[in-house]
Amino acid sequence: MPQKKRQHFSVSWRQVLNEQGEIDSEQLSDRQQFTEKTLKNFYESMVLIRAIDEKALNLQRTGRIGTYASIQGQEAIQAGAAAALRPSDWFFPAFRATGLSVLRGTSIKTIYQYWSGDERGSVVPEDINDFPVSIPVGTHIPHAVGAAWAAKYKKDPIAVLTTFGDGATSKGDFHEGLNFAGVFKLPVAFVCQNNQWAISVPLSRQTASATIAQKAIAYGFEGIQVDGNDVLAVYLAVKEALEKARRGEGPTLIECLSYRLNDHTTADDASRYRTEEEVAAWRKKDPVLRLKTHIEKYFAWSPSDENALREEVDRRIAEAVTAFETAAPLNPLDMFDTLFENLSPELLRQRNTLENRLKENSTD
Amino acid sequence: MSRLSLIQAVNQALDHAMSARPEIVLLGEDIGKDGGVFRATDGLIEKFGEARVVDTPLSESGIIGTAIGMAAYGLRPVAEIQFMGFLYGAMEQLLSHAARLRSRTRGRYTCPLVVRTPYGGGIHAPELHSESTEAFFVHTPGLKVVVPSTPAEAKGLLLSAIQDPDPVIFLEPAKIYRAIKEDVPEGEYIIPLGKARIVAEGGDVSLITWGAMLHPTLEAAAQMAEKGVWAEVIDLRTLSPLDTDTLIESVRKTGRAIIVHEAARTCGLGGEIAALLCERALLSLEAPILRVTGYDTPVPLPKNEPYYFPDCKDILEAIETVVQF
Repeated sequence: MPQKKRQHFSVSWRQVLNEQGEIDSEQLSDRQQFTEKTLKNFYESMVLIRAIDEKALNLQRTGRIGTYASIQGQEAIQAGAAAALRPSDWFFPAFRATGLSVLRGTSIKTIYQYWSGDERGSVVPEDINDFPVSIPVGTHIPHAVGAAWAAKYKKDPIAVLTTFGDGATSKGDFHEGLNFAGVFKLPVAFVCQNNQWAISVPLSRQTASATIAQKAIAYGFEGIQVDGNDVLAVYLAVKEALEKARRGEGPTLIECLSYRLNDHTTADDASRYRTEEEVAAWRKKDPVLRLKTHIEKYFAWSPSDENALREEVDRRIAEAVTAFETAAPLNPLDMFDTLFENLSPELLRQRNTLENRLKENSTD
Repeated sequence: MSRLSLIQAVNQALDHAMSARPEIVLLGEDIGKDGGVFRATDGLIEKFGEARVVDTPLSESGIIGTAIGMAAYGLRPVAEIQFMGFLYGAMEQLLSHAARLRSRTRGRYTCPLVVRTPYGGGIHAPELHSESTEAFFVHTPGLKVVVPSTPAEAKGLLLSAIQDPDPVIFLEPAKIYRAIKEDVPEGEYIIPLGKARIVAEGGDVSLITWGAMLHPTLEAAAQMAEKGVWAEVIDLRTLSPLDTDTLIESVRKTGRAIIVHEAARTCGLGGEIAALLCERALLSLEAPILRVTGYDTPVPLPKNEPYYFPDCKDILEAIETVVQF
């Protein structure tokens, strides 16, 4: 007897700007046409966040910041998602979302402070609803879900976005977070930056699933896979997911298929576990160059436009580096002062010990 | 004032707090229609609705992780974990996130979260239902740890914990959920965190304890009183932060200290208290500081459980030892 099918599932794939830099207009509705200004804005964002990243690598090599996790190759995801968010939305990043945080409004100086080992780098400005990075992999996903739950409880018309890598999808907290979001139909968009490597372990060791997107189906909501090197596909997918969330129609998982072009961090050497050929093949799909090809062809983006943009980006970064390097020293007593709202007598005693030690040191 | 058991006092505290503050939300497994496996939340879903008394998926890390996000957003979540042994699934959320959120963001975000869970043995429960691992949490900077020992204490301390701007682990002694009843003040009743309670005054030996162990300790003190040995019994109430001043003051007076806890001995809180007293009251001491504790074994299943927990006899022996030293 032939078996009856209980359910049918499918996962959609979205690409708008292909590897040749051409927009597939069939993928766009009439309302979704991108203007010259919008496309150039995306390009400028991506150039900025790549330059911030390159400078961070340079600061690490010259000993001015510590271990740093590069975002290169993943600029389209971060610029696309940032443009889709509203200021009132909340954002919960993993540790490879520097570009998204900057485009949301965290200062470049703050980013460099964080990676230099200064806790002030985790202080997000009061007017931005973002969390600082989460170092334990995937465990921030339930926080995003909890914030979305609180927003729903308070009837705030906002959505929440969280980003994480392919490695995070192996963690229990990924499952627990998505499961809660599905059960309580919460206004949250999960963006997986699938860069195909978790340090040295390839995607095939994280999951036997054909896609990460399909994992959403098991939690009762939509999962889609997009070309993560296509800023337009990411932007549209995230924008639609956030709008759906704000309408009260629940969560979405968006898998952005991309590639980590650099080592895991500056403390890693990726040549130990992956080939030059593989990296070279993905360099050809560079998300920044892809959009540049398009605007050069259709909007006469010229070398002088490029130079003007680079100069402006370099100026902003130089300013940030100066602000970072001339920032007042961190007060060591800070480690006590924000541990609790009120310090216990024992903590005050320990604080006094450190304070006295600092006074002795300054008079030595 | 009404005579309540400890579990009823917890229920009354939750009811009172939720009536006053709409931002308080309860999360947990079976806390809704079922009223919680111990009935701590009995009747609350009928009164406050399922948006505020939420039966969650069976997912401890999910409960604590989402509660952290809620707390950062501005709600006041009170999470129930069915047994302390099941809290281990949420350790990363508690240790790596809840405890650190305020300090790592320099106060930009805070985590006013209460995690309630029954702890300790004596209820003939299956494996991992009798844990007393409070030291894990006391050892974690950024968390507060509170353990009530009677119904009225449970109400006053829980209301304080819910008001507290920082994360609090609230450990309810399952053994005495229903064993004792006492008068519990109605309405707002606050016992400040960080202050120990001197339950019995005495000048011969300080007995330092918390939670369910208070009761065999009081029994031992009463028996020694008949022999003319006067024990001062201190109920810590808050394990973190410790009320060090009360402990030191008492030992300066009595010259002898015994710490009683049901948790395993090694690296239990007794060791920390003994070290503190040696550092700050050494010259007052007239005998070694003793610990009366559980053994360094997993808490046994019910058949062996009676041999594991310290009882009145163990405490009496320790008192005799330090008094005769």
